[in-house]
Amino acid sequence: MLKSEIYITLKKKIVDPQGLTIKHALESMGYKGLDEVRIGKFITIKIDCQNKEKAKKKIDNMCRKLLANPITEDYNVKMKGDK
Amino acid sequence: MKFGVIVFPGSNCEQDCFYAIRDILKQPAEYIWHKNTKVDAYDCLVLPGGFSYGDYLRTGAVARFSPVMKSVTRFAHRGGLVIGICNGFQILLEAGLLPGAMLRNKNLHFICKHVHIKLENNATPFTNLGKRDQILKIPIAHNEGNYYIDTKGLKNLTENKQIVFRYCSEQGEVGDRFNPNGAIGNVAGIINKQGNVLGMMPHPERSAEKLLGSDHGSLIFKSTLKWLKGK
Repeated sequence: MLKSEIYITLKKKIVDPQGLTIKHALESMGYKGLDEVRIGKFITIKIDCQNKEKAKKKIDNMCRKLLANPITEDYNVKMKGDK
Repeated sequence: MKFGVIVFPGSNCEQDCFYAIRDILKQPAEYIWHKNTKVDAYDCLVLPGGFSYGDYLRTGAVARFSPVMKSVTRFAHRGGLVIGICNGFQILLEAGLLPGAMLRNKNLHFICKHVHIKLENNATPFTNLGKRDQILKIPIAHNEGNYYIDTKGLKNLTENKQIVFRYCSEQGEVGDRFNPNGAIGNVAGIINKQGNVLGMMPHPERSAEKLLGSDHGSLIFKSTLKWLKGK
């Protein structure tokens, strides 16, 4: 069983109102020097596959087809060791 | 003319659409459960608003893989009329039947109110009874109506007259002040390049008769019927 971690983020050029709101909240709490706060999604998938390369390819496919919207989002897949 | 109203798990405007078609437009309507893949007997398909699949992951992202969507895509590619309202619009975007994507409303609020939209293209099957620049009062109710498309895409939409509705003031002024959700170019509704698939965030079925505070939405249904009859 292989475990993967998928990070989905809004593309850099797209304004993230949730991130802006959280940044304002943090600043109102007294945290200074915040340059940028952006919010994304974190998904874990455990996959029954022995081959890391193959598993990553499969998950890449899932990201392109469903997990991320290529128009507005970027994704990053990290494969973890055996679990 | 026979209308099919597609019902996904989590749709919640299907009865309003059904009522607008059967009781106001006086045309036959049927519900189509999302697992049903037979759509060829219909003249027009309506994807209603709601929260298909709980809006999980992204609005419309899961619904676009419902069994019925392959048939809807085929139907659209053959020139059949498809109307996506609110969540239905979001599903059409995710399915790639319309260009662009939806983002969370700029102010992070769920917005439920009457807005004014300007009819910019009345040469479509869905708007042929309207006048160019006519102002319609139709309600919106959404959390993700912040339409996004890249600069090139927006240019294409504009050049091909695919922007059918834009948010505006009561007098018809299009500007940031009258943009409820941050949508690029105040876009409230678009059509595909072939002109047979319409997506709009405002709910015409919720403004299809005077009793509802506005009957401007009936223009969409009546235009569609006129076009189908004249085909």
